Amino acid sequence: MKISLEEVAHVAQLARLRLSPEQTAKLTGELNDILTHMDKLNQLDTSGVPSTNHALDLSGPLRKDLARSSLERDQALANAPASDGQSFIVPRVL
Amino acid sequence: MELHYLTIAQARELLDRRELSAVELTQAMLARIEASEPRLHAYLTVTADQALAQAAAADKLIAAGQAGSLTGIPAGIKDVICTQGVRTTCASRILENFVPPFDATLVARLKAAGMVMLGKHNMDEFAMGSSTENSAFGPTHNPWDLKAIPGGSSGGSAASVAAGSAFFAVGTDTGGSIRQPASHCGVVGLKPTYGRVSRLGLVAFASSLDQAGPFARSVADLAEVLQVIAGHDPADSTSSPTPVPDYRAALGRGVKGLRLGLPREFFAAGLDPEVEAAVRGAITALEGLGAELVEVSLPHSDYGLAVYYIIAPAECSSNLARFDGVKYGLSLRAERGSLMDMYLDTRSQGFGPEVIRRVMLGTYALSAGYYDAYYGKAGQVRTLIRRDFERAFAQCDAIVSPVAPTPAFDLGQKVDDPVQMYLSDIFTLSCNLAGLPGMSLPCGFSQKGRPIGLQILGPHFAEETLLAIGHAYQGVSDHHAQRPAL
Repeated sequence: MKISLEEVAHVAQLARLRLSPEQTAKLTGELNDILTHMDKLNQLDTSGVPSTNHALDLSGPLRKDLARSSLERDQALANAPASDGQSFIVPRVL
Repeated sequence: MELHYLTIAQARELLDRRELSAVELTQAMLARIEASEPRLHAYLTVTADQALAQAAAADKLIAAGQAGSLTGIPAGIKDVICTQGVRTTCASRILENFVPPFDATLVARLKAAGMVMLGKHNMDEFAMGSSTENSAFGPTHNPWDLKAIPGGSSGGSAASVAAGSAFFAVGTDTGGSIRQPASHCGVVGLKPTYGRVSRLGLVAFASSLDQAGPFARSVADLAEVLQVIAGHDPADSTSSPTPVPDYRAALGRGVKGLRLGLPREFFAAGLDPEVEAAVRGAITALEGLGAELVEVSLPHSDYGLAVYYIIAPAECSSNLARFDGVKYGLSLRAERGSLMDMYLDTRSQGFGPEVIRRVMLGTYALSAGYYDAYYGKAGQVRTLIRRDFERAFAQCDAIVSPVAPTPAFDLGQKVDDPVQMYLSDIFTLSCNLAGLPGMSLPCGFSQKGRPIGLQILGPHFAEETLLAIGHAYQGVSDHHAQRPAL
C-alpha cells in the first residue's frame, strides 16, 4: 500500500473535500494504482539533475509600477454568491 | 453546395465577392448545429442571437471593404476559455452559472479579426480527461461513429469542426487535449509552443503545461487562425515576446531536404497495427515528397506518463483551490454552517470524480513528507525528457509519430479505469512537458471507419515547419477531405 485509508482522509481535509466513506475507500484503491505506476521514476538516478519548472527560458518580465485600469467593483462582484455591493460576504469566521 | 463544409478561403472569397452574406452563412451554421447537436452534443452553449448580431456587423465591415481574415467566419470556443457575457462552465457544476466579465486575450483577438462566435464547446471537466466523458453535462459523440468517444479533453471542439458545426475552433492542450481529439475526429489540431498564445482568460488547469491552439479541417485553414491568436500579451507574463512569423507564407515551403525523426520508442510493441500502418503510410508519402527519414531516440519516453501525472495534478490542486464558494461559482452554505463547511460542501459537490481524483493526487504529491519523492523527482525527470528532445532535434527538423496508440475507443469503455484512460495520452504528453509545438492531422481510417492521426512535433517556435509538412502532406492525401455521414 502506497497510501492508507487514513492518509486519504487526511489529504481530503487538506484539499477541502468532504468524502463519503465509500468515496474514500474507492479513491484509496485508485490512488494506490496510480502511485504504484509512479514508482517507475525511482528506477532513474537523478542526482545532480536540475528540476524543470518551466519549459521555456523566460526570465521574469518586469513592467513599470504604474496604476492601470482593472475590473470595476461591480464587475468583480457580479458573479459573487453573496455580496453587499461593496464586498464578498462569507460565513462568520470568528 | 454545403456551406458548412466550405474552407475558410472559400468562405472568405464568397463573402468578399458578396455572393454570400455573413448572416446567411451564420444562419446555415445555426441550422447545421440544430440538426447535428441532438446526436453530437458538441456545444454546451449556443449563442445564436449574438452570432447573428456579429454576422450583421461583419457584413457592414465587408461592405465597407474593411474585412479582416476571419470577418464573418463562424467558429466555436472551448468552454474553458473566458468569453465576456457568455457563460463559461469548464463543463463543471461548480461553474455552471459563471459569466466572465472579460474576454480571454485570444477571444478578443479573434473578435477583432471578425470571428462570429457560434457558442462554447463541450469538454472534459476542467480539461481533465481524454474522452469528454468527464463533462458534467454529458459526453460528446464522435461524428464518425456515434458509439465512439471524440477524444478529449477538447472533444466538443474536434467533433464540431469534423461535423461542420464550426469552421474552426480553439481548444486547449495540457497533455494532448487538442491533438488527441483532432486525431480521433479526423481534423487538424495544433498545440503551439508554450507561450506562443496568451493564456490570459484560460481557466488554469496546469499552468506550466496549458496552451491554447486551433482546430480546423485543413492545415491552410489552421494557419489563418494561428496567425490571429499567436503573439505576445503583456498581461500574461509567460507569453513569449518572440516575433510572430507569416504562417501563411510557410505553407508552401514543402518538405524537400527536411529531416524527419522517427522516435523508436513511439513505434514499439503495443502500438495498434492499423494506427502504425496509417502513420507509416503518411511518413512514406512525406519521404516521397523529398523529406529525409532518420531514426531518433527519446530514451525517457517511458517515464513521461508518471512525470505528467505528478506535475499536472500538483498544479491542478493548487489552481483549483480558487473554487471556494466565495468569489464566483457554486456556493453551498448550510444554515449556521462555518466557513470550513462552505468550502467542503461546495468543492465536494461542485467537482466531478476525475477532478476530485486529480486534486487528491496533486495535494498528496505536494504534501509534507512526499514533496521530494514525487514533485521534486518529477521535475528532475522532466529535465531528462526535455534533454531527450534537444538531442533528437540536433539530428532532425521535426519528429513524426502516432498521436494516440489506438483509434477512438467506445464510449464507456475506459471510464472505470483511470490508469488505462491516462495511457491514451502516452505519445502526446511529453510535448507539453518540454513546451514544444505539436500538430495532429488525419492520415487514415481504421477498418471500422474511425480516423487516425499523424503527430508532428518540432523544436520551440517551429510552427512554420509543422505547417509546411502538414500542408505538403495534405497536397498528396485526401483523408482530411473525407466527411462523416452525419
